[in-house]
Order: sequence, then structure tokens, then C-alpha cells
Amino acid sequence: MKLPIFLDNHSTSPMDPRVLEAMLPYFIEKFGNAASRNHAFGWAAEEAVENARKQIAKLIKADSKEIVFTSGATESDNLAIKGVLEMYKEKGDHIITSSTEHRAVIDTAKALEAKGKATATYLPVDKFGMVNPEDVRKAITDKTVLISVMLANNEIGTINPVKEIGKIAKEKGILFHCDATQGVGKIPVDVQDMGIDLMSFSAHKIYGPKGVGALYVRKKNPRVRIAAQMDGGGHERGMRSGTLPVPLIVGFGKACELCEQELATESVRLAAMRDRLQAGIMKEIDEAYLNGHATQRLPHNLNISFAYVEGESLLMGMKDIALSSGSACTSATLEPSYVLRALGVGVELAHSSIRFGLGRFNTDEEIDYTIKKVIEIVTKLREMSPLYEMAKEGVDLKSVQWAAH
Amino acid sequence: MAYSDKVVDHFNNPRNMGSFKKDEEGVGTGMVGAPECGDVMKLQIKVQNDTIVDAKFKTFGCGSAIASSSLATEWLKGKTIEEAQKIKNTDIVQELNLPPVKIHCSVLAEDAIKAALADYQKKADTK
Repeated sequence: MKLPIFLDNHSTSPMDPRVLEAMLPYFIEKFGNAASRNHAFGWAAEEAVENARKQIAKLIKADSKEIVFTSGATESDNLAIKGVLEMYKEKGDHIITSSTEHRAVIDTAKALEAKGKATATYLPVDKFGMVNPEDVRKAITDKTVLISVMLANNEIGTINPVKEIGKIAKEKGILFHCDATQGVGKIPVDVQDMGIDLMSFSAHKIYGPKGVGALYVRKKNPRVRIAAQMDGGGHERGMRSGTLPVPLIVGFGKACELCEQELATESVRLAAMRDRLQAGIMKEIDEAYLNGHATQRLPHNLNISFAYVEGESLLMGMKDIALSSGSACTSATLEPSYVLRALGVGVELAHSSIRFGLGRFNTDEEIDYTIKKVIEIVTKLREMSPLYEMAKEGVDLKSVQWAAH
Repeated sequence: MAYSDKVVDHFNNPRNMGSFKKDEEGVGTGMVGAPECGDVMKLQIKVQNDTIVDAKFKTFGCGSAIASSSLATEWLKGKTIEEAQKIKNTDIVQELNLPPVKIHCSVLAEDAIKAALADYQKKADTK
């Protein structure tokens, strides 16, 4: 077993060697611009792009003409939300989204609000992190032009009832955008069945290259139109100008093809490994709390709060395992995870959370090692924790007058 | 963020980790911070003839908070009450090479020292 171990697959994933292999000819040998219509170099590039488009569309049950390439899911979220709000501004300016969305969605909505270009409703979630479709229905006004709710959460892995939300959107004639970055390739996604009109996802979360993503834009029932956010050569049917990064797109296509072929077996394998990790930790550690939904969650996600110990120190004690934490000390904003807070998790438990993100290349041996390390470090840090000591003495920590600083 | 070697060393090998009984003769206890802020430090001193003969800590917090309190106990041992009053958070920042985002850890450690000294003083005065 090689150290360090990578268990942070929600942040990114290593590329599958088969993806790299597919990409290699498109750097030096077949380097053409897919928009060059008059020579063999351009044709070869265009053919490769169209093939990738088909591979990607197949994974999400879309038509290849409905795939718009972008630089990644953040751009796709921006393009979908800003593009729809701008295109349909005569109709209204209200967007409904949720409080646990990725920052690429929340901050886009906030930016539009700040500029006076939109009003937004941020729906609460239940204690498992799930949006209630009826809340979506109730939030709809005659000015609502877009509903944007994520498929699965990047921190806690909770899967939203997207199909029910899609049904409500359709019934009310409102467009439905879904940030599916964490779900595509990991769980079955069907844009028809789920009633999704626009969907963001990217390659690097599914063992493809960084720097490329896609926005699915529905072509019929209804035909969705978005205002381009970048001016230029009118690529991607005018929705996103810029020369296509052919090698990245080829890699994205291959990554989707592999997910399509292996998803059924891979998700079962990862869920089994994740369940073993969870059971192994919970068996030995008391007051370890699962964040998110017990069953309606991504097969490769595990998010646990370890009471009385702080997340960054946990990560520091397991430096040969790559993980992430909802602790303020590990975030750029110095605030604990807003996702966990939205679930109603106490601030102190948000500081104590660890996210495990399993992936295609993790092994049983790595999981065993991780279980052992987690138990070791939590035990060690609890011995060091004044809070654990007080709790064991029977002090109710909530009754203590703390001097906040 | 990379940690300095000294922070890592204190984190992996904390000095004087543990507790004295709060009501023990000559013991002063300082508890500062709050769980919702992500760090709580408990620092204790044992004083004999105006000199700190022993010190212990327990900390809930990040690696830098643990290292700051561990270092504080090392420095406190052998100091007189008066000398201990003079330990500044900036000394801790310098010794541990703390980056700007971790300066509050050193402030907390200084607060913990002050609180422990005050508690000792209060107990001594009421005797």
C-alpha cells in the first residue's frame, strides 16, 4: 500500500489511465481546431469532439446536440443561471434554489441579486440535507423563471428528490437547472426521467481531466434558450464561445463512457467499502455522528462529526490520508461548513466533521488503514480535549458560560 | 497550509498534557475559548513559594492551538508568578512560526495563562 491515501474524491479524482490514453493523440498528432472546417486537421478534431459529445450524452440519457462544453461545473452553473435570467427577463426575475447548493450556484444567485438582476429564494433543507419538493412548489411566484437544486451534495452526499422537483417545474412551466457535479457518473442520471432542463457537471470528478465541463441544455419540450455570457466566435451553437479544448473533451467523453459501463458495479463496490469504513469507525468511537442521509446519499460519501475534537487537528493527525473537514480552520472564510449548519448541525459539531470521499482506485487495505488511523487519532485527541473530560465528568457543555472570542 | 516543524512536534508530542485536581492546594486553572469558535484551552499551574513548579494543559482546537498551549506549559514551568505574567502571545507566534490566520491561537494561549494566574491569585487571596 502506497501512502498518502487519497480519500478526497469529492474535491477531484485521479485520472483513469484509460482516459489519458484516449487523450494523448490529441495533443501533438491530432491537434486541429474543431472549428476549422476546411482541412483534415479540423475534421479529425471535430470528429473526436462529436464522438465525445455522444459518449457524454449517453451517460445522462440526452441527445448529443444538447451538450455545451465549458471549462467546468462552476462555469456551467454561471452560464445556466445568468443565461436563463438574462434570456427570460421579460418573464420574471425570481430564482428558487437551496441553502446547501455549491458556492457556484449560491454566489451566482447572490451576485445577480446584488446587481438588481434577480431576486432569490434559498430554501431550507431538512436535518438530512434534503430539499422538500413541496417547499419548492410553495416558493413559486408568477415571477419565477428558474429552479436550481443540486442532485447530490458535495459535503454530505445527500441525494435530492430531483424527479419530484422536475415534475413540479414542468407542471408550472418553469425551467429546472440541476448542479449534478457530484452525482453524474456515480449514480444513474436520466435528464428525461428527472425532468431536468439544464444540468451542470464536470470531467475531473469522474476520473477525467481538469478544465472541462458541460452544461446540458434541453432542446425540446421545452426548447431552452440561454443568453451567452462570453462573446466571441459563436461556438457551441452560440451559447459558449471559445476554441474547444479537444484533448480535454476527448478525455471527458472517455471518462463518461467508462462510468456508463462500470457505474452499476462500481457504485455497489464503493458503497460496500464506505459502509465498512463507517461501521469500523462507529463500532469503536462513541459520539460519532453521521451527517447527511443514512440511505439517500452518494455511494462513495461518508461525513462524520467526532464530538469533542476539532476537524483540522484530526486532519493533521492523519496527514498520510487526504481528507477534508467542515471545520472553520480549514476553510477560506474561517466559518464552519454552511452546509452542515443548514442541516441544523451545531457549530461545535460542524467544527468536528470529517468528509471521506471514496473513489475508483481505493482499496480494502486503504480502508482498513483509515479505520485504524481514525480510531487512533480521535482517541488521542479526546484524551487531550478539555471538553471530553468535562463531558465524562458529567458537565453539560451547553450549560457552561463560554467566553466567545 | 504547511505547519512549522515546531507546531508538528508539539502536536505529535504534546508536553504536559493532562489535568490537576482543581481544588488541589496551589493549583490555578484557566479555561478560555468556546466550543462554537472551534477552540477551548484549559491551562493549569501548580504554585509553590511563588514559583510555578508544574503546569498542565488540555486543548480542543486545531494543531496550532494545541501547540500554543503545549509550549505555554513548557515556558511556565520554573517561572515565578511575576515572570509568567510577562509571557506574550507574540513570543508564542515567533517561537512556533505561526501564520497570520493562526495568531488567535497564541492570543488564546496568553489568555489561558492570564486566567490560570488570576485563578491562583484569587484562591490564594481568599485563604
